[in-house]
Parts: sequence; structure tokens; C-alpha cells
Amino acid sequence: MRDFTKNDIRLFIALCSLGLVAPILFPAYINQLSFAWIFVVIALSWDMQGGHMGYNSFGNIVFFGVGMYAAASFQILPFFSLGDWTEAGGVQTFEHSVSQYFSGYALGILFAAIAAVATAFIFGNLILKMRGHYFAICTLALGVAIGEVFASIEILGAGQGLSLAVWPRGFLDDTYRRLFFYYQGFLLFVLCFLSISYIIRTRFGMTLNAIRDGEDKAESMGLNTNFYKISSWILSAFFIGLCGALVGHLVGFIDPIDVAFSGATYGIWMIIMAIIGGKGRLWGPVIGALFFHAFNEIFWTYFLGWQRVALGLIIVIIVVFFPEGILGFFQVRKKSSVSALSTQPQQQKK
Amino acid sequence: MNKKISKLILGFSALTLLLVGSATAKVDGDIVTLGAAVSLTGKYSTNGKHTKNGYDLAVKRINENGGFKVKGKTYKIAVKYYDDESTPARAAQLAERLIKQDGIQFMLGPYSSGLTKAMAPVTENYKIPMIEANGASRSLFTKGYKYLFAILTSADQYLAGAVDLLAEKAKEEGRSLKTLKVAVAVENDPFSLDVRLGAVEKVNKYKMKLVLDEKLPKSLDDMAAILTKVRALKPDLLIVSGHAKGAATAARQIDQFRVYVPMVAMTHCDSAQIEQKYPVGAENILCAAQWHKKLTYSDDDNLFGDGNDYVDIFTREYGYSPPYQSAESSTAIQVYVDAFKRAGSFNPQKVRNAIAKTKLQSFYGNVKFNQYGQNIAKPMVLLQVINSEYNVVAPTKWASTPLIYPRPK
Amino acid sequence: MDSIIQFFTTPSFLMQALINGMVIGALFSLAAYGLALVWGVMNIINVAQGDFVILGGYVAFYALGISTPFLEALQPNFFSRILLTPGILPLLSIPIASSILFVFGYLLYKVIIYRIVSRDLFTSLLATFGISLALQQLMNLSFGADVQFINTGLPTLFFMDDLVALPVVRLFSLILASILSVFIVIFLKKSKMGLAIRAVSQNARAAALIGVNTDRVYAFTFALNTAICGACGALVGMIFNLHPYIGTPYTVRSFMIVIFAGLGNLPAVILSALGLGVFEESADFMFGAELRLAFVFSLLVFVLVFRNWRLSKKREYLK
Repeated sequence: MRDFTKNDIRLFIALCSLGLVAPILFPAYINQLSFAWIFVVIALSWDMQGGHMGYNSFGNIVFFGVGMYAAASFQILPFFSLGDWTEAGGVQTFEHSVSQYFSGYALGILFAAIAAVATAFIFGNLILKMRGHYFAICTLALGVAIGEVFASIEILGAGQGLSLAVWPRGFLDDTYRRLFFYYQGFLLFVLCFLSISYIIRTRFGMTLNAIRDGEDKAESMGLNTNFYKISSWILSAFFIGLCGALVGHLVGFIDPIDVAFSGATYGIWMIIMAIIGGKGRLWGPVIGALFFHAFNEIFWTYFLGWQRVALGLIIVIIVVFFPEGILGFFQVRKKSSVSALSTQPQQQKK
Repeated sequence: MNKKISKLILGFSALTLLLVGSATAKVDGDIVTLGAAVSLTGKYSTNGKHTKNGYDLAVKRINENGGFKVKGKTYKIAVKYYDDESTPARAAQLAERLIKQDGIQFMLGPYSSGLTKAMAPVTENYKIPMIEANGASRSLFTKGYKYLFAILTSADQYLAGAVDLLAEKAKEEGRSLKTLKVAVAVENDPFSLDVRLGAVEKVNKYKMKLVLDEKLPKSLDDMAAILTKVRALKPDLLIVSGHAKGAATAARQIDQFRVYVPMVAMTHCDSAQIEQKYPVGAENILCAAQWHKKLTYSDDDNLFGDGNDYVDIFTREYGYSPPYQSAESSTAIQVYVDAFKRAGSFNPQKVRNAIAKTKLQSFYGNVKFNQYGQNIAKPMVLLQVINSEYNVVAPTKWASTPLIYPRPK
Repeated sequence: MDSIIQFFTTPSFLMQALINGMVIGALFSLAAYGLALVWGVMNIINVAQGDFVILGGYVAFYALGISTPFLEALQPNFFSRILLTPGILPLLSIPIASSILFVFGYLLYKVIIYRIVSRDLFTSLLATFGISLALQQLMNLSFGADVQFINTGLPTLFFMDDLVALPVVRLFSLILASILSVFIVIFLKKSKMGLAIRAVSQNARAAALIGVNTDRVYAFTFALNTAICGACGALVGMIFNLHPYIGTPYTVRSFMIVIFAGLGNLPAVILSALGLGVFEESADFMFGAELRLAFVFSLLVFVLVFRNWRLSKKREYLK
């Protein structure tokens, strides 16, 4: 059993207190900060498979999109006809009252979680038995296919996209709206971090690592690897689905391919963030996500029209010079053999 | 080790917050800063560029003419740009950022309906006026937005005129409208689906037959199958909409596969410059346009003069002839200046009210908003490519050349 | 349902789907083969593959744009008349794009790629993703955002009562793609470098031991891949459109094809590329263009799940 050292606890508490007061200190940045937590959560959740279990999924964006659509549509469904809401060129105007908005919101969040978990369960049974590249490509294809299917579902607005319910008019100040979403993102981070840091210390986490380091051996020792694989995917899906729901509300408009099932942005970002930080380490995705988000935003401000070039170059530099991620870099330099942070695997070469 | 990490995290946050920029006032000295997120990269980058050039030209022109006066004080204009990368998620974030971090109080629209749909809720939440020139989807005007103003005609009217035109011609030939066949192929995005909607409503109204109703994927680069179907179905009118890439693909492949349809209508011909790049395929294609230089409008404020003057000035500056996306973007700035002057203040609320009461003519056309923020004072025009030139063929009031129908084989 | 029946009962539709599918498939097979080569030999998944293709298209586009007016301005002589015959210059632009991209690939290897050759697959995936991001935007900045294409001036052929159209340029690309793949096979089988490449791909260490300069082999392999992409891109520019941001579909499809066919199996790559092309085009006819991608990618998922299920009965799995 690996220990969650005092240092880890201190660091976590520091981060939490920072998270609690950040919106008060930097009120102009609440939106950015909400996204920062969300990025941390999706990177952490991806790392459950990619890092700890050794299953590189390109398709976790599916849960993101499914969660987003579920949250949006179940907020609308109890009160209005979804068909009218999304009708192409619709002429009607809908407004949620305060109680409708929040009861719908809660329902939407609930269904976002349910839908994402159900998706993970179904597809997990189908494709988690594959390994290596086949698993990777299958999840990639799944992500594209499901996005395209959603882009053709008429009742969800198809290519028109789906506008989310707007914050009830005249209810509380705008700052509260932003804080409302911010603290949910923050709460999600706390939950996600705690559950993952707990899980990787249990037998469950050890099994995941065993699967990564030699699935056949793990199986021959009598472990029901399938159960563990699917459960961990479900856990990821749960958090990513909730993130999707939250991003949907933050953006306010769902485009099936460019927002919900956006493999080219969120889909690949969650992987990059985990790797930049150092995959298979508890703190890796956290640091990777914060780093990535920060640089992304800075480049947007200072390299207008060149931001992608800058981002691309920095990714190349990190990968080339810090192959084990930022955390790995520090660990290698310190050559510390026993590090609390390390649940570090032998890097497998495929 | 962990100290290092905490330092790392703290350092990051500090660095980021410093670098991401601090809030500044929107009216700083004598400079009024407008905010805009445009697509400099991504799939809308062609039109994003046209949009930005349109904004820039008007700003440059206004500042060169010495700015504008509000309550006796002279102000100049600047625009703060971000790149939304053609994705709605980014656009919404950037709107937040422009308003909260950069302190922008007057927003300009992005390119495309989808992105405008993502930005409008944000500006609405913060009660910041947004004048947009490139989001035409009808659903933008049914959400009850109070701070969104569009100076362009909504998307459903883009190609409805082409169906009218077909009906008119059929009547002249003495053909029954019920025998007319229409084929529609549009991109699966908010704007194009609205274009389709308007056209299909007309088709139903005239009881024509809709023989093909296809949606093109967003990553479209191939229409071969659709064109093969079109060849087999022999429609009288083919309607295509898919921004610049759609227009380019269609013009190209109609020529490559030698598909003959008596009347072909598209959007975004001029922003894709199909008349120059695909001269054979583009010949006699009908193009929906918000504006054309031959329309006899001229500026109230004498900023550019009339349409021809605008084309001259724009071409001198950027080296290509302005598509209507640029023209409408320039006018968005003119509307702002006009509103500032009338509001006599830079209070967003007052400016918003002034915008709502706008009544002006620019080289681009008349601007007057209805209660939903839609410009109702200008028509759509249909252009036809004749000898690689755009000529207005409809509505009749503006027509400079008679329509060539059917297209010669 | 109607459109599915209609598709299978209309010979001209079937024929057109087959032709168009083969053309697209031929292009995919080029990109996919390059990808398989780099993957097999260097253990690198090149995510920037599609962007190399588009870059090749732009190079060909500008090569033509520069040379055509130049030749037209010359005194018409025998030489320039041949060159200005429709189709000749575009044909020549293919080797030009190829060779420029070869140099580009070589330089890219020397600057970045050589550092990631011996790393794990994910490192290369990320690094090339970074290259892809940067390359897309650099293309946008240097070539502009407008949709471009290469005008070949070639005619169109018609079959079956003019219901099936085959633009000559498409035929052209089909033939050229086949010639190129034959050339690549011969090159790998017969030439010394080809031998070295195959040796390294089987066992890099052993190859180094017997005196193969692996670094040179890697550099050459990578450059060969970009050269293939260059040729593919020139053809893409002639048949479809060029835009800085449309490279990704080519990457995704090559990736799919390679996974499907397996590494180091050229005939299988070509077959699955053609199959994919035909499937995509048929999906266009049957379900409408809107569901084209959904169909193709669900098909892939389905095939993989099915194969895995079959294997699982023998207590094996896809890996």
C-alpha cells in the first residue's frame, strides 16, 4: 500500500484553500478558473486508464459530450417540449423560472452522470477486452462516430446545436452565477482528486497497475481484470460526464462536433495534459492541466494568430526534453528513490 | 520535492494571472475600445479574415478622419481582437474574457451563426451591447435577447429569393409550379440549416417538389455522391450552402463532374472568390449576398461614400475586392459610432438604447432594428456570375442585368 | 431505406460510388502507407501526417503558380509548348512537391524527430501532435486562409449514358497512386536503403550491430514518408481542395487504415484503403453525406468488436 504522505496532504490542502479563495481574490478570472478545475478533472480521470491502467483511450470525449447533452436536455425536458426548443429557426421564446431552472439543473446533472456511466458500461463491455492499439483506435472511432450521430439527431438540434437554458432573468447578480459554476467545478476537483488518490492506494489501484504491467499475468493470478477495467472506466466516465455538463452550462451553446464531441480540443487535451504533467502519477495530471491551461491562455493573449504555433512548439519541447512530464523531470533530477508522489510505473515500450 | 510542486503551482498561478492581463477601462483617454473574437484560424478563417478586415478598415478610416465627437470631446476607436479558432466554446470563453478581464463594454460579433449563438448569452448576461454583422441564424432573434443587434438579413432569406425567381421564370414559360424539382444540399451547421429552412418553406409554399434534401458534413470536401444524385434526378434548381469551403467545393465539382442544372444558387460565392478560381464552374451561378457595390446607397456620415467607393478603398488597402462580409462588418462600426454620438455617453445601457433607435444609411444599406435586434431596413440581393463578374439580378428594383436562365449547357 | 434500395438498384450510382471510392482510397492508401512505414520502422505514430499532405498540396500549388506564368511569358518553343499542354505541368508538380517535402522531412527529422525515435509511442504521438498544431497555423499564416485548388485543365470522361462521370484527373491520381506504391515496394525490396529500412524495422539493434547506420535509415524513412505525403497532397489539391485546416481527416483515416491492415503489409494497406474509400462513398449514397463519417467509424468499431468477440471464444484478444 502506498501512503498518502503528509506532504501530499499539505499540498492538497494548500491547493484547496487557494481554490476556495481564488474567486474572491481574482473576480475577473472566475470563468478561467472554473475551466482550470474542469481541465484538472478531465486529465485526472483520463489518467485512470491512460496512466494507472495503461489503456490509452482516445474516446473519453464521448462521456464528455453525452454528459453535456444529457444535462442540457434534461433541464429543458420537464418544462418544455424539447422538439419546440430546438426546432430549426424556432420562433418561440422559452424562459425558465428560478425554481424550474434549478430543479432542471439538478435533474440534468443527475442524468449527465447516469448517461455517462451507462455509456461507459455498455461500451466498456464491448471494447475494453481489446488491447493496445486496437483499443486506442476503437475508442477514437467511437468518439468520432458518436459525435456525428449526435450531429444528426433532429430533436437535439442536429447541426443547429442546442442552446442551454439561460440563467433566470433578474435572479441574483451575475457574480453569483459565475460563482455557482465555479464552486461546482472546484467541488468536482476535490471529489475527483480524493477518490482517485484513495483508489490508487487500495487493492483496486494495485490491480489497475497490475493490468498495466502485465494483464495476462494479472489474469492468471485469478484477477477478474474485466471487472476492474470496466469499473475504472465507469469512474472516469462519471467525472468526465459531470465536467461535460458543467462546460455545457459555462459555454451556453452546444455544437455537437465543435463543443460536445470535440475530439480535436478537449478530447486530445485531456491526454496531453496528463502526459505533460506525467502520467501514472497522482499529481501529474493536476500540474499538467494547470500548466497547459495557463499557457494556452497566455498564448491566446500575446500571440494572436500564432498561439497554435507557440502551443505546438511548447508541446514538442516538453515531450522532447521532459519525456516523463514535468513531475518526472523533477524526480529524475532529484534521483529520489522513494518519493511519495510516485506511483510511477516502468515506462513500457510498446 | 513537494515544496517544489507547490512552488510550481503557485508560481504558475501568479505568472498566469499577471500575464493574462489585467482589467482595463473600455474608454481610456480618448480611445474607445471595442472587443471582438474573430476566426483567424480554423475552418472559418477565410471569412474571419474578411470580417476582421472590414472592422479594421472602418476603424482606420474613422481615426484618419480625426475620430468622432461625443459631447464635444473627440474620441478614436480601437478594437481588441482574440482568435476564437472557429469553435463556439472558445468564442464564449473569449466573450467572458473580453468583458471581465479586458473590461470591454462594447462588443462586435464574430463570424458565423454558431459562434454568435455562443457569444450572445454571455453579452446578454453582462448587459453589454453587441452589434454583429455575421451571425444570420434566425434562432438568434427568437431568444428575446435585448443586447444583440444584427445588421444583416437573417439566414432563411438568403436563398428563398432563388426559389421565387425559379417560380417567376416557370410562370413565364407557362410551366406548372408543381412540376418543378428542387434539390438542396447544405452544411450541417446553424447558418446553412437556416438557409435550407427558408428555401424549403418557399418550396412548400409553391408546392414544388423537393427531390433531394441532403446535409453535408462539417469536414466537407467531397460532394461527388450528391452531384451524382443530382445528375440522376435532374432538378430545376440546386441550392448549396456551406460557407466559403462549401461554395468552393460545389463550384469546383459541378464543373469537374459536368453536372447540369438550369439554376444553381449558393451562398458565400464572393468570399470564396469562385468567379476567379473556378471561372468555368461558377459561370451563371446565383449567389446570395447581403450587399453589392452596385446598390445605390451612400454613407450618411460620408465615411466611405457609396458602394463603389468602398470597393476602391478596400481594394487599395487589402488587395482584393471586398465580399459582403467585410462590408457589413465595416458598417457595424459605423453603427456604433452613430450610437455613441447619439447616446452622448459611453454607458452601455445608454448606448444600447441608442443602438435600438438607430436609423441610418451607410454605403451598405439602411440600418434600422426591430424589437428583436434584427435589421429590417435592407433587402437581400441575388447576384449572378456573368463573365466572371457579379451582377445583381434580383430583386427587380436593383437588378442591373437580366437573369440568364436556364444556364447554358 | 429508400435511398439504400435505390443505391443498390441503380447501376450508375454503384459505378460512381466505386470509382469515387477507389480514387479517395488511392489517396488514403498513399498517406496510410507512409504512416505505416514510419510507425513500423521508427515506432512513431505521426499525427501530422494529414498536415504534411496539405503542405505538399500547397507546395505543388505554388510551384504551378510560379512556373505557369513564367512559361507563358517565354517565347513559345517546342519545350514550353509541351510543358503547357494541359496536365503536364500538374504532373510535374507532383515530383516537385515530393522532393521539397523530402527535404522538409529530412530537416524535421534532424531538428526534432531524431530525439523521439527510441521513445515510447505516446511521446511520438504528442510530439507530432505539437508539430501538427504548429504546422497548421504556420500554413494558415503563410498561405492564407482561402480555399485553394490546383487547376489541371483536364477533361472529364463519361460512361453509361453520361450518368457516370470520371474526371481524368481522378483517373490520373488512381494510376499514379498505384505506380507510386509499386515503386515503393520495389524500392524496399531491391535497393540497399530499402534493405536497410527493412532490417531496422525488424530489429534496430541487430541492424546497428551489423553496421547499418540506423540514424541515416530513420532520417531517410521519415523523409520518404513526407515525400509520399507530398505526392499525395499534390493529388489532393488537384481533386479536392486545399485549406490549412483540412489535414486531420487524412490523418484519422490513415491511422484507421493502418490499424486495420496491420504494419508492414502494403497490399493489405492498399486494399483496406480502397475498401474504406468505397465504403465512404457508398455511405454517401445510402445514408446521405451527413452520416458518412458516423457510418464509417461505427463500422470500424463494429468490425473490431466483432473480431474481438470471435477471438474471445478462443480466449484470445485483439492486440
